[in-house]
Amino acid sequence: MDLDVKRIRQDFPNLHVSVHGKPLVYFDNAATTFKPCSIAAAMAVYYQKYTSNVHRGIHELSEKATAAYEGTRGKVQGFLNARDSQEIIFTRGTTESINLVAYSYGRHFLKKGDEILISEMEHHSNIVPWQMLCEEKGCVLKVIPFNDQGELLYEEFERLLTAKTKLLSIVYISNSLGTINPVKKMIKAAHARGALVLVDAAQTVGHRRVDVQDLDCDFLAFSGHKLFGPTGVGVLYGKAALLNKMPPFHGGGDMISSVTFEKTTYNTLPYKFEAGTPAVAEVIGLGAAIDYVLSIGFERIEVYEQSLLEYGTRALQKVPGLKLIGTAKEKVAVLSFILPGVHAHDIGTLVNDEGIAIRTGHHCTQPVMKHFGVPATSRASLSFYNTTAEIDRLVEALLKVKEVFP
Amino acid sequence: MYDSRSELYQQVIIEHNQSPRNFRKIPGATHDAEGYNPLCGDHLHVYVHVQEPGSVIDDVSFEGDGCAISKASASLMTTSLKGKTRQEVEVLFDQFHRLIKGELHPDKDPNVLGKLSVFSGIWHFPARVKCASLSWHTMKGALDKVKTVTTE
Repeated sequence: MDLDVKRIRQDFPNLHVSVHGKPLVYFDNAATTFKPCSIAAAMAVYYQKYTSNVHRGIHELSEKATAAYEGTRGKVQGFLNARDSQEIIFTRGTTESINLVAYSYGRHFLKKGDEILISEMEHHSNIVPWQMLCEEKGCVLKVIPFNDQGELLYEEFERLLTAKTKLLSIVYISNSLGTINPVKKMIKAAHARGALVLVDAAQTVGHRRVDVQDLDCDFLAFSGHKLFGPTGVGVLYGKAALLNKMPPFHGGGDMISSVTFEKTTYNTLPYKFEAGTPAVAEVIGLGAAIDYVLSIGFERIEVYEQSLLEYGTRALQKVPGLKLIGTAKEKVAVLSFILPGVHAHDIGTLVNDEGIAIRTGHHCTQPVMKHFGVPATSRASLSFYNTTAEIDRLVEALLKVKEVFP
Repeated sequence: MYDSRSELYQQVIIEHNQSPRNFRKIPGATHDAEGYNPLCGDHLHVYVHVQEPGSVIDDVSFEGDGCAISKASASLMTTSLKGKTRQEVEVLFDQFHRLIKGELHPDKDPNVLGKLSVFSGIWHFPARVKCASLSWHTMKGALDKVKTVTTE
């Protein structure tokens, strides 16, 4: 069954605002997605009918809030096909999830000379935490390069993967190139060498079904706000055996079993990693987001978004001189491009006049920009609520940019 | 909502972006500094030559890469600084900053900005104000003997 985009668009009030007197075209979904009405509604009910803290009170409202909060944990477990809901840790987002692993696992279990393998197309949030860890522990960071289409060089990966490699931290789908990496195969190869694998799924969860048991990854991180949910909440999935042996990340309330000044014993999973009052409303909103996206279904999302990618790739060729950055065989509907002689920021400002929101800059992936020898790109990142008519408007707007910068 | 085509990308700016003035190195520059805008990746190097301490700027130039706004701003800056004393530069720097923040209106407030007034609309585009100010901060860094300047 085809995706009913017209009906779906009714669920997203933000798609119906105007910018510069023109209907908005929102092509910045890799930065954050719009939210269906049900997210704010679910959060509003919590704020208006059962505001209270979780895991603490025995009063009615607290029990209700706890049930809703833990209900989302169950939904995330199902969403990722995790074995157990205790393997789902709520964080502030992908960045915090990666930092949790770097601090808790990395500081405790990695030693001088151990190698951490990442790729040239990582977001800064999957580079900097490892650099900080390497600086502290004397570990060595190794980087898998990619080719000019934006595809990882698999032989280089195999060459870099050695007995010294203790952790592979890899992006599933690149935010600046759209490339889908062969993570399942890479995880198998890494495990064969005895390395653990963290998957950065920030750009995956809104576009593709993720099955952590099928992937067999050890850790996986994503953010709620790129999954049509609220900001300020994310998830770290970890295999229970690993999470159990890792020390806590933050200390505080809720993550303890008992506290005396002599000794504190830590709570069990997942609470050990959730110190302090969590983002209760946001977690509840994330639950509503998962319900929403599953009601549409990833099979339909994938087919529709691939048709947008094909249409967009062809349509952008109508703009003289335009060069796509990121042309991997396996990619999602991310269209990064440069127009020779026109800086990305000027493109961004000029298409904004036409009511079109794209991202311009280095997309927190400066090594990717360096690879292509450009300071910045313009990026249109699409979602299932976008249309081919919107792509046509981008093409028209870019032709107008060429009028200003002939 | 302001239209960038009429408010920002005026002919003077487009023209200076295409053919930037004083786009070169000054061998034996007495002052120079590099400026970065880490958010955009804009990168400029500004060179200044002053014959002797206290005398006027006898040459000023720039090199680097950036958006049309940052390049045009750097180009226009170099054309307006030649022959200026340090004190005159300070006045211009101050007026230009108030202009791009929307605090100085060239049609009613007294000023010596001349053709730099072409940037009077930029404060309607908050994300682009830093593009126009990068070269100026870099030039001031050079005069103050600060080697690297960043704006964000």
